[in-house]
Amino acid sequence: MRKAYSSLIFTLLYLPIIVLIVYSFNSSKYSVQWKGFTFEWYEKLFANSSLMEAALHSVQVAFISAILATILGTLGALVFFRYDFFGKKVFHSLVLVLIMSPEIVMGISLLMLFVFISLPLGFTSLLLAHITFCLPFVIVVVLTRLNGFDKNIIEAAKDLGATEFVVFKNIILPNIFPAILAGFLLSLTLSFDDVIISFFVTGPDYEILPLKIYSMVRLGVKPEINALCTIMFIFTLIMVLFSQFLIKERR
Amino acid sequence: MNKLSFFSKISISLVLVWLVLFALIPNFLVIISSFLTKGDTQFLLFEFSLDSYIKLFDYTYLSVFLDSMKLAIITTLIALIISFPFAYIIATAPKKFRFILLLLVIIPFWTSSLVRTYALIAILKTKGLLNALLLFLGIIDQPLEIMYTQTAVFIGMVYTLLPFMILPLYASIEKIDFRLIEAAKDLGASKFQIFKTIIIPLSLPGIIAGSTLVLLPALGMFFIPDILGGAKELIIGSFIRNQFLLFRDWPFGSAASVVLLLIMFLMLALLAKAQKISASKEKQ
Repeated sequence: MRKAYSSLIFTLLYLPIIVLIVYSFNSSKYSVQWKGFTFEWYEKLFANSSLMEAALHSVQVAFISAILATILGTLGALVFFRYDFFGKKVFHSLVLVLIMSPEIVMGISLLMLFVFISLPLGFTSLLLAHITFCLPFVIVVVLTRLNGFDKNIIEAAKDLGATEFVVFKNIILPNIFPAILAGFLLSLTLSFDDVIISFFVTGPDYEILPLKIYSMVRLGVKPEINALCTIMFIFTLIMVLFSQFLIKERR
Repeated sequence: MNKLSFFSKISISLVLVWLVLFALIPNFLVIISSFLTKGDTQFLLFEFSLDSYIKLFDYTYLSVFLDSMKLAIITTLIALIISFPFAYIIATAPKKFRFILLLLVIIPFWTSSLVRTYALIAILKTKGLLNALLLFLGIIDQPLEIMYTQTAVFIGMVYTLLPFMILPLYASIEKIDFRLIEAAKDLGASKFQIFKTIIIPLSLPGIIAGSTLVLLPALGMFFIPDILGGAKELIIGSFIRNQFLLFRDWPFGSAASVVLLLIMFLMLALLAKAQKISASKEKQ
């Protein structure tokens, strides 16, 4: 009974993705029937220069925003872990609210901000938005790791004359490194996949992959999109597997 | 309190400034603009007005909101009913399998919702897999027209958001001290009593957290009705998008966003309460 039910749910969760992957290799264009194996759609995909440009943009934004969000988020987690300061609780709640907050509201609120400060919509605005929505996830992942950390070690090091920076570099950083890397990989995934927030904060000159897919899907199904979505799924799969093993290692 | 060094001061200010600039201020802009007036040449005129909120109660807009709420609430309930036994099964599975089962939920959790929504088309379309299967089994003799209907939007929402319900449920069921259930059984409690008085209250934080993570996107994810419902179905998310990008009515779009924010805060308040209830239950 238990096995039957969980198998059913797993089948429901994975069936559409598996079908998508299978169809991306199906030589028939529209039919459900299997008409033979082909790489045609992948070749077409890589020959589509505007899609490739969007992919390049997506990779750029994902890498830069993930790196910056990871640095900022790690600092944030350290701040929340180590120091008491005015408004700490408020800011900690803000981080949690940010995770729950509806993407569409974040999208339009950042759009308003960028219009107010007359920042043209494009690479920079996209980057700022992506850092912002990745940041709370990095903070939470790193903070969870830090909370399992023995504060006495830090005190001992300080008694022996270590400066704050030395404590960070030699004690804390090596300890939380798996969590930092996991936060980075999850940020990459988040940024690479985001549709709703990016929809509002990028301009026509800087197209990214999910938005390109979105506009193509609205015009109908094309086998190239099956191929593209397959690649995106495989990318997520690798990132998530890697990050979960990193997080698990601590247990 | 530690004496703050230069390094820590820099870290604190960097992070706080970022959160204020890109999270706090933008949200205040939304709230403020919902009380302003739409300009003809600019996006906003700095004249106080409640018009946008009054307009939300206009029949055409109110019906969009109520339909969207109905869709989101039913999605949340269905997701909860499907996910609860599933999360329970994973949380009580033997330890050696648990990590791999959990991983199988985490993967779709992080997979792009757009990709997952798109993947449904091949299943739901008239010449798709579902119809082929049903025809083959002789359950139907005419293919069902599911794509571009409300049913498709509904299936899409439940399918896409399911992992967002399962994970928080799992997290709180996993924390339950199962000796409590053993003790209750020894004292002669029925399965239903155990479920009602132990399992439900202790997993309440997970239920509320999961419901929040499903309800809010179900109100906002405009690409699901766009792709599966042929854009016929308007949800609050599509409505907000149209106000900002199509009709350029920022105050009206902001007022609708404030409604979403209010729903979020309501859910967060419920979550805080649920955490208290389950903490006090644990102590008993």
